[in-house]
Amino acid sequence: MTDIHQDPGAATRQEPGATSRRVIQEFWRLRWVAVAVALVGSFVYWPIIDNFRVSLTHQDIFTGETSPAGLENYLRLTEDPVIGLALWNNLAYAVISVLFQVFGAFLLAAIIEGLGSPRARAFWRAVYFIPSAISTTVTGLLFYFIYQPDMGLLDGILKGLGLGYWSRVWLGNPDTAIYAIIAMSQWQGFGYAALLFSVAIQKIPAELYDAARMDGAGALRQIWSITLPMTREMTGMMVIITVTGAFQVFNEVMVMTGGGPNNASQVLGTWLYEQGFNQNDMGYAAAIGSLIFAVTMACGLAQLWLNARRRVT
Amino acid sequence: MSFWPAMARAFLWALLLSLGVLVIYPLLWMALNGFRSNSQIFDTPFGLPDSWALTHYAAAWEATRGFLAASLLVTLVSTVTTVAISAWTAYGLTRTPMPGQPLFVAFILGGMMLSPTVALVPLVRMLQGLGIYDTQGALILLYTAFRVPFTTFLIRAYMLDLPRDLDEAATMDGASPGTIFRRIILPLCSPILISCIVLHILFAWNEYLFAMIFTNSPGVQTLPVGLSSMLSKQGTNFATLFAAMTISALPIVILFFLTQRYFIRGLTEGIGK
Repeated sequence: MTDIHQDPGAATRQEPGATSRRVIQEFWRLRWVAVAVALVGSFVYWPIIDNFRVSLTHQDIFTGETSPAGLENYLRLTEDPVIGLALWNNLAYAVISVLFQVFGAFLLAAIIEGLGSPRARAFWRAVYFIPSAISTTVTGLLFYFIYQPDMGLLDGILKGLGLGYWSRVWLGNPDTAIYAIIAMSQWQGFGYAALLFSVAIQKIPAELYDAARMDGAGALRQIWSITLPMTREMTGMMVIITVTGAFQVFNEVMVMTGGGPNNASQVLGTWLYEQGFNQNDMGYAAAIGSLIFAVTMACGLAQLWLNARRRVT
Repeated sequence: MSFWPAMARAFLWALLLSLGVLVIYPLLWMALNGFRSNSQIFDTPFGLPDSWALTHYAAAWEATRGFLAASLLVTLVSTVTTVAISAWTAYGLTRTPMPGQPLFVAFILGGMMLSPTVALVPLVRMLQGLGIYDTQGALILLYTAFRVPFTTFLIRAYMLDLPRDLDEAATMDGASPGTIFRRIILPLCSPILISCIVLHILFAWNEYLFAMIFTNSPGVQTLPVGLSSMLSKQGTNFATLFAAMTISALPIVILFFLTQRYFIRGLTEGIGK
């Protein structure tokens, strides 16, 4: 196909209508991205911008009244004790998840990939992955029942082990509620993380291990000096993804406790929901949204930075 | 030769096995509780059901059928729209001349970094303004918009690795970009397209946040929302709820086993690139 616009100067030299035709031609080339840009622009980017606008107002969705609020909603963030609690819960979520879903999953993947039989490796990877495929609504409800006193699996097992005195209302106790939810998250997510580490480990050249073995290095030594450094990028990536996820958590908490008892298990996402959709304080909810945005954006930028650094080296 | 010394191997197998039990047993418990009677459920968490009658599963099927249909519709339609738009976009971004191309790449892929939670408040008014609040159309629209960045990212990475000579040869033969896309590039991309389809199905089938906030009517709500509302509606009829949870989890677990290879590739490409 010959393209009459291959020479950029040609249009300006020739007849006057050619310039506008050239502009149209350039725009026509954007047809490939037009739909995606329109969709992502209006439903992903625009709401973020609009969220900042809403956060600077007081809103009432029933009367439809809007009044300017300045930074009042943001000041309220600093005075709201639940925000501190929610941030703490999100942070606990992040720290525990990094422990289990990054370092625990790395160890598990190293163990699995060290198995002799490829079928055994595939088997364990698949088994551990199953919970990740199931919706958090189902797993959340399931653990809601597992944590129930009397009928629940956890108390049943504790009693069976003679540890009945440990038994408690796991989700109804402000001291344990968030940790019970976090524990469910680890159960659901570690297999997914281990799978990703498995793939990273498979990419390590076998010669490295052969050489180490020649030098008399044991299995643990090989994991420490070869597997760990060779999967460093994946580890960094996983830390960021896990932390970002921990600050966006919503479903698990919503399904299992709704943030209770007495707000003890609120996270930023559920508190935004509570303020915006139960208390109808959209302005304040938007300010909480801005806080979530700031945290996830920082994580996202860290990820970009890590990616860029990796490309260079 | 195995990586692990013989002594360690026994210990590691025990470890893997107990982790396996930890993962599978709760799921098995869920499925089995769908067979046990309510009194049995309250009596003890252990033990096999007295009967294997499918009464609770039948009741659960009746109670969730509407939600299942809604989930199926939203999942299927949004899968088609998301993968089609993403493939089209990825082709344009990788294989056609375009002014400001790096900018569009950054804009579209940058959408992956934005959290849906932050968009909730503005989206309520937007969807009301569009008159699609509490419709399945709203979910399809949002699932597509929020997943196009990630899906485009996966397909784009795959297309970048395809050899250029193919397009050049086809262009020589007079094929238009649209024809090259449909006839040559799209078929070559089928492995990653399957990965994207599976990943999107997984996402849409399980999505809860948008579904819970933007739909209210029982005829519109998808399975995850329906399930969580069943907890209050079914009262203490837990057996039926367990059966409903199993029914909701089963399709996706089966899908995972059938398409494991593509599933895993999609997941690892998404994070490993």
